[in-house]
Amino acid sequence: MHPAPSVIIFTTFSGFGFGLLFWLGIGMPAPTGWVALVFFAIAYIMSVGGLLASTFHLGHPERAFKAFSQWRSSWLSREGICAVATLLIMAIYGAGLVFFGAQWTVLGWLGALGALLTVFTTSMIYAQLKTVPRWKHWTTPALFLILSIAGGALFSGNIKTAIPLLIIAAALQAFAWFHGDGRFNASGTTMESATGLGHIGKVRAFEPPHTGTNYLMREFIHVVGRKHATQLRIVALVLGFVLPVILLLLGAKHVLGLLAVVSHIAGILALRWLFFAQAEHVVGLYYGKR
Amino acid sequence: MTTLPPPSAKKLGLVIDLDTCVGCHACVISCKGWNTENYGVPLSDQNAYAGAASGTFLNRVHSYEVQPPILKDQPAAPAQLIHFPKSCLHCDDAPCVTVCPTGASYKRVEDGIVLVNEKDCIGCGLCAWACPYGARELDAKEGVMKKCTLCVDRIYNENLPEEDRQPACVRSCPAGARHFGDLGDETSDVSILVAERGGFDLMPEQGTKPTNKYLPPRPKDVEPEYDILAPYLEPIAEDGKGFVSWLDKALSALPGGAK
Ligand code: SF4
Ligand code: SF4
Ligand code: SF4
Repeated sequence: MHPAPSVIIFTTFSGFGFGLLFWLGIGMPAPTGWVALVFFAIAYIMSVGGLLASTFHLGHPERAFKAFSQWRSSWLSREGICAVATLLIMAIYGAGLVFFGAQWTVLGWLGALGALLTVFTTSMIYAQLKTVPRWKHWTTPALFLILSIAGGALFSGNIKTAIPLLIIAAALQAFAWFHGDGRFNASGTTMESATGLGHIGKVRAFEPPHTGTNYLMREFIHVVGRKHATQLRIVALVLGFVLPVILLLLGAKHVLGLLAVVSHIAGILALRWLFFAQAEHVVGLYYGKR
Repeated sequence: MTTLPPPSAKKLGLVIDLDTCVGCHACVISCKGWNTENYGVPLSDQNAYAGAASGTFLNRVHSYEVQPPILKDQPAAPAQLIHFPKSCLHCDDAPCVTVCPTGASYKRVEDGIVLVNEKDCIGCGLCAWACPYGARELDAKEGVMKKCTLCVDRIYNENLPEEDRQPACVRSCPAGARHFGDLGDETSDVSILVAERGGFDLMPEQGTKPTNKYLPPRPKDVEPEYDILAPYLEPIAEDGKGFVSWLDKALSALPGGAK
């Protein structure tokens, strides 16, 4: 799949933003006044910024409100509803902390639940697609959730919880990569099943339907980036998990803490890039590609 | 409404004969011609005359080479070239419809045709991600999703002469490789054709239950090893007699003559 910057930024930062909102919602921490304002501002900049970035790849962003209508069948629609509802609930909860110094616990927990649901619905947009065997697996929602909660723990300063969460997330990511590598072949979709010509013999793409390229090839067939996948995986693991954990163990204050956060963001951006670049869509088979 | 309706009794679709298609792309051009002027926004092209050309098409023809397996003690069968037109298959269990967040994608209750209401489409592209067949293309100029409409604006169009009330691709195919009809009706011409020729689904394992069917190429004839002329072509005696033989020797005896 084409690793579009808008979608990578969207999934990464809205993941962090809603992860931070989750921790704020359950009252870990529950700051008041100015400190609360800063925490909530960071959470909203990341979550709302991420959502806005995702509208950049729409053909008609001005009609985006229509996307709230099909929650009965569409995960994308459900995501939109969960995101807006969570942001509204947490705005009220945040206003309580900032302006009244009051912690409306029930509202906070509701917002925390909404934040998790938002991340889950985002992940299901990808995990539902049978056409991308690498994504259609329980590890996709599991990873989105744990990465969001771990990142949120880091941003909210829950260091003691962040360390084990980061280690679990790294292990799950490694497993998802390892298992995902074999899923296209295991899906049973081949050039022979795509063309129905397998009963005659081995099928080879002889001539594409056009001289140039097309939307499908640009969107679904991304071969270039996969060349350095192994190196990038190592970079993502080191930056995203190993380095932050070491820095946090050294002492989470100030510069080290900031470095841990920056390193984690870079690592997650790298693994999100791989999430898209390494995902192969079955339509590539019609072009003799993966 | 992007939840799927219960399967319709009437299932309009195409049957494409891979044995007959000659890969002329007439169906591609007539499809683009009709659909750029009629239903919805035009099908745009980018850099059409300046290299790196690209454009929106609802029907595309691939070509595949299929190599039959080489069997022991048999001469290798020659590879076959098969032209392969592909457009929306109007699936019964259409994943492109259920993923759509706006309700722009829908499947018609009355005849099973899958359409996009372009006024509601936000151009998110998710339906194209969900289609295993590459049947949907986001138009680069208009930012909305385009797909085969089964020429819904021809097949019911009473302003057209009777013989034109079929999809543009079917009407224009010079080889008769494309057939249009109701695949929900077991007695229809297309259903009978599918039954007789062993029509099949593309990527059945994706569970989309396509309406369109493909007819396999017929088996190639195997030429038996015989030659009716062979007995008459036996070599003629080398030590000939008579005039031709004398001429042969005389010419060979000339300086530079062939021996
Ligand atoms: S072929 Fe693709 S676009 Fe057409 S109905 Fe099936 S899944 Fe949808
Ligand atoms: S591109 Fe348009 S038709 Fe396709 S899923 Fe998005 S809104 Fe629906
Ligand atoms: S017009 Fe007919 S013969 Fe020509 S490419 Fe299309 S299906 Fe094949």
